[in-house]
Amino acid sequence: MFQTILFYVFAAVLVGSALGVITSRNPVHAVLFLVLAFVTSAFLWMLLEAEFLAIVLVLVYVGAVMVLFLFVVMMLDINVEAVRGGFVRYAPLGLGILAAVVVMLALLAWQKTQELNFLAPPAPAPASYDNTEVLGSVLYTQYLYPFELAAIILLVAIVAAIALTHRRRAGLKQQDVARQVAVKAADRVRIVKMPAEGQE
Amino acid sequence: MEFLTGLWNGLGEGLQRSIIITLQIVAIMLPLILSVAYLTLAERKVIGYIQNRIGPNRVGFKGLLQPFADVIKLLVKEIVVPAQSNRFLFVIAPLLSIIPALATWAVMPVSPEFVLADINAGVLYVLALTSLGVYGVILAGWASNSKYALLGAMRSAAQIVAYEIAMGFALVGVLMASGSLNLGEIVRAQEGSVLNWFWLPLLPLFLIYFISGVAETNRAPFDVAEGESEIVAGFHVEYSGMAFAVFFLAEYANIILISALTATFFLGGWLSPFQGVPGLGDTFLGASSFFWFALKTSFFLFCFLWFRATFPRYRYDQIMRLGWKVFIPITIVWLFVEGVLIVFDVAPWFD
Repeated sequence: MFQTILFYVFAAVLVGSALGVITSRNPVHAVLFLVLAFVTSAFLWMLLEAEFLAIVLVLVYVGAVMVLFLFVVMMLDINVEAVRGGFVRYAPLGLGILAAVVVMLALLAWQKTQELNFLAPPAPAPASYDNTEVLGSVLYTQYLYPFELAAIILLVAIVAAIALTHRRRAGLKQQDVARQVAVKAADRVRIVKMPAEGQE
Repeated sequence: MEFLTGLWNGLGEGLQRSIIITLQIVAIMLPLILSVAYLTLAERKVIGYIQNRIGPNRVGFKGLLQPFADVIKLLVKEIVVPAQSNRFLFVIAPLLSIIPALATWAVMPVSPEFVLADINAGVLYVLALTSLGVYGVILAGWASNSKYALLGAMRSAAQIVAYEIAMGFALVGVLMASGSLNLGEIVRAQEGSVLNWFWLPLLPLFLIYFISGVAETNRAPFDVAEGESEIVAGFHVEYSGMAFAVFFLAEYANIILISALTATFFLGGWLSPFQGVPGLGDTFLGASSFFWFALKTSFFLFCFLWFRATFPRYRYDQIMRLGWKVFIPITIVWLFVEGVLIVFDVAPWFD
């Protein structure tokens, strides 16, 4: 009973904040609504006893990805009017995609609910059940190859991102830390002896 | 008395549990907030003596009531909200920075008997909550609509994100050594003697974790986020009165948190250093208790103050270089070394 109430409260907040992401005029507010959406969906996952996924969602998306997002959005001077300009022109395309997604979701939901026992909730896990441990033991045995494959893809993406930012650009000043450390006072300051004025 | 027990039994199980948990939360929060208050006094006293001064000594006996005088002063000051600022975010930013600092204490094993939430994903919970603290800083900088505040927020956010990675890798080493994500289990895995604590087999990770912790809390020598000589006070330059006090509280609560976490992960938490020493094993000194946890935490707190009085501020590019190009590679190398130690069952840590 209590859990049902919690679910509906968080679900309402989640839907509200998701609407906020696309309706708010200020891009920083939109990013913050997205953060709220992530946090509430983490709560929903917690209600489903998926505590590892819930905590990792907060750790990775809220704690790292969205911080960088916020960082960029704050630094950019986005012209909100220009972004909103093509609303009427793009509206049919957007509505079409929306209709397709809704139809696909409805089809899937209808098909799934035809199966027996789909709507019955699974039995709650015992208190000693460790979601993290179970996930880890499956991930590194049964699903080792997909896991390693995902890791390789991520590695390639990291290498590509670093290669893109580290290309040679003209007029870029770089520091040589070894030279900075090795510098002596004599390299920087020259003491000049000269007679004081007015004492000829 | 009989009336009270009757009343208690009539409450129902759910309500009884809620009341007990609330009282436990109060039992953690009250001493924590008092420690924060006295940490500010300790900071002024310790730095005073290091610089050959006396420090505050006017309010109360030897200045012991100084924190209360400061709190009352800040309470009666006016809170000024800048005209072009975003009011809602401006007010909520200090709260966002103090809530994670306090909520993380839920999983902290303060003594062998007492931890509020003994959950198996404890380390993940700590990592997730400490990564949320940066929102308070960024939002404060942005919502105050001030150049200095925005600069400070940007510096601080980049620094926190960079050092979080090194801290995460250091914790991976702790997980490999202890084989658990539960903070209580991590402490129990270090049982034995001083040499069994994780500081010895994980020495580089221990140092990196603590130094990154200093950077995470924006403390000297990594305090460019509020570098007074360049950007006045950084992200909280527009804050006054109680709103400023909450930021101040959050900073010191974070310092205490990092000290307690370092003590738990690397110095055996509430374990006694005299464990197993003949003659001392059965006395107070040999028993594991809250006393040892507090002592180890206080040591790291003192280090925070000591650093501030000793080291000059790092340059910003040096901070970034240290975090990305020095700490992260060292942690990765040490994870491989630790893996080799575990494979070959090196005694007395990995047998």
